[in-house]
Amino acid sequence: MSHDAHGQPAAAASVGLPSRKTGVLQALEVDTRLLGMLGALLLIWVGFDLATGGQFITPRNLFNLSVQTASVAVMATGMVLVIVTRNIDLSVGSLLGVLAMAMGAIQAELLPQIWGLDHPLTWAATLLVGMALGAMFGALQGGIVAYLGVPAFIVTLGGFLVWRGGAWWVTEGRTVAPLDSTFNLMGGGIDGAIGATASWAVGAVVSVYIVVSTVAARHRRRRFSFPVKPLWAELCVAGVLIAAVLGFVTVMNAYPHPERRVAIDLVDTLRAEQATGGLSAETLALVDRMPAELQTLVADPTGGNRRALIRGLSDWPELPRPAHGIPIPVLIVAGVALVMHFLATRTRFGRYVFAIGGNPEAAQLAGVNTKRVILSVFVLMGVLCAISAAIAAARLQAAGNDLGTLDELRVIAAAVIGGTALSGGFGTVAGAVLGALVMQSLQSGMATIGIQTALQSMIIGAVLVLAVWIDTLYQKTRK
Amino acid sequence: MTETMPLVEMRDMSISFGGVQAVDGVSVSLFPGEVLGLLGHNGAGKSTLIKMLSGAYRADGGRIFVNGAEADISSPRDAKTYGIETIYQTLALADNIDAAANLFLGREIITPWGTLDDAAMEAATRKVMHRLNPNFQKFDAPVRALSGGQRQSVAIARAIHFNAKILIMDEPTAALGPQETKQVADLILQLKREGIGIFLISHDIHDVFDLADRVAVMKNGKLVGTAPTDAVSKDDVLGMIIIGKCPPGATPGPGAASEAELAATGAPALH
Ligand SMILES: Nc1ncnc2c1ncn2[C@@H]1O[C@H](COP(=O)(O)OP(=O)(O)OP(=O)(O)O)[C@@H](O)[C@H]1O
Ligand SMILES: [Mg+2]
Repeated sequence: MSHDAHGQPAAAASVGLPSRKTGVLQALEVDTRLLGMLGALLLIWVGFDLATGGQFITPRNLFNLSVQTASVAVMATGMVLVIVTRNIDLSVGSLLGVLAMAMGAIQAELLPQIWGLDHPLTWAATLLVGMALGAMFGALQGGIVAYLGVPAFIVTLGGFLVWRGGAWWVTEGRTVAPLDSTFNLMGGGIDGAIGATASWAVGAVVSVYIVVSTVAARHRRRRFSFPVKPLWAELCVAGVLIAAVLGFVTVMNAYPHPERRVAIDLVDTLRAEQATGGLSAETLALVDRMPAELQTLVADPTGGNRRALIRGLSDWPELPRPAHGIPIPVLIVAGVALVMHFLATRTRFGRYVFAIGGNPEAAQLAGVNTKRVILSVFVLMGVLCAISAAIAAARLQAAGNDLGTLDELRVIAAAVIGGTALSGGFGTVAGAVLGALVMQSLQSGMATIGIQTALQSMIIGAVLVLAVWIDTLYQKTRK
Repeated sequence: MTETMPLVEMRDMSISFGGVQAVDGVSVSLFPGEVLGLLGHNGAGKSTLIKMLSGAYRADGGRIFVNGAEADISSPRDAKTYGIETIYQTLALADNIDAAANLFLGREIITPWGTLDDAAMEAATRKVMHRLNPNFQKFDAPVRALSGGQRQSVAIARAIHFNAKILIMDEPTAALGPQETKQVADLILQLKREGIGIFLISHDIHDVFDLADRVAVMKNGKLVGTAPTDAVSKDDVLGMIIIGKCPPGATPGPGAASEAELAATGAPALH
């Protein structure tokens, strides 16, 4: 028993409960900084949409934007923890490069020798080995930082050069292509999206999860008779989150596959079904609805007919086109962000990460093994680099040794724009993902309206400084 | 030996930082239910001495015995397994996390699923904080947002929550108001009745005389001497602190000034 048994009766409920909060924002208990970022993002989107005459906020562009953000977003969730512990990782771009090359060589050159091309396990084996390598490289850097006491800035600056050199070394500069077709699904694109039905299923599952976790959190506080948020506030927050999730699904489902691609698929189906004894009922119904000149081509869709049929189908306005749905890399980002958020906020490890950022000496005096925690953070960063490397290589369907160049700056900028304090001790995973999205939106938007690359980087650089300055002002007024 | 076994005995403790011999051959012991006031000028080596006991520093030399058995203390975690809890002069709180997170840092309450049980930790924190500082309300704010005294209450709460057998308090009331200081004094007397041994470091000699059973005085890293508080006056103790003069009734240590040294400082010689 602890000594408090001697003091007050064990009625926690009666002890020092704060009075109910006033004010809508306070009652909602939403992170105002996150809200500000969402506002900024909306502003950027609307701005570019106006500037491009409605070309920016379209399902197609938002789909591409989310896919382009994925690789940096995954690494940014880890960079938050690195920066929270008062460290930095300048090597993530190079690490991505060497891991992408290693994974490219494994799937295109090593595994096919063992079990042949396009084996169903190739992607998984490749990814696992890549993640293990990432963990090892991260452990090497983290070990030097934590146990040998070399500043992370220097260790990872060294890593920046070493891993980039290593990326060249894997194949002596040769680009590895093609990659395994299943592996390539991680990069998004037409095949790398899960389709309409599965997307709705994901949306439903996430919505249920939001409800369950809201109820569970409420229940936890009730157990000790702590004050809980008013019910309307709880419903409001959960409702907005669910609306956002379902809204995202709706948008991704509003982006159909391109006509030509659907036409080719349909012609291939026709030929396959004709070869195996007649068209299925479904295909027949579709053929019935086609214009007469296309129907005649269907009878023998080979040679010149095939080309004509594809062209004709592509121009047929009634051609039923399936939706893309949620891109696989976005699912990966969501999964990674969920795990990282959970690690950061609900586990001992996360608590120690933040305590070390707040006061390393205090954490150590409290008995926290600070060196091991810092080592683990770098290991985690290495694993995330491997996941990002898979996404980046799969998107290009090739692994080149310059992959990930300048990514370290994008990742750090995403974390910092997302509210991570470079002095350590503060940062959120959600903020970093949003930060990555803000960065990518700016970049894609500027490219769409035709701003020169040189000017683009100047603007992004200025925005980074501006964002951190605004954050500094916000920090001052809050205290 | 004495009638009871000391709770802690530190024998011939030494440590140096670079060229500075911060603690030099200090031996002190602490008995169950005893408050030992540790006194000395700034930089005398008080904090450094107790940091060797709390596992923050590794001693260069010396041995530590807990309940008569030699203790191997090489980290703060080791010290805690011996029931040694410490309130550091610097408080050692992580500014960016709340009171409960600080109180349970390194010893979190975990749910059956292995996640942090923040609600349970907050409940326990409310209880123990209520005992120290009934007005304290800021349970969901990072410790940064607390006043100096409130922070000190959090540091004290952390030390007393985990069944300490040996409590080290390095200037525990430096930032406290009169009411909170009184509360800490009451707490010390109560813990003492429970048989806990307390090292109390303080610059307030009146406080020390009110609470401590014995005083130990350090000067320039050496022990001037120890004395029961009822055998010496406050002026005697001030003499020990300032010029290292060991009065009758005190047990002199290696740091006690010799007659020649006292004569050189112009102080009245020992009679
Ligand atoms: N980590 C350290 N590195 C170098 N020197 C140190 C360190 N810690 C303490 N010292 C030195 O050791 C000596 C004793 O310091 P200590 O903190 O123990 O004094 P103190 O008696 O607690 O003083 P105060 O009353 O001011 O708290 C001082 O000269 C100090 O400068
Ligand atoms: Mg001190």
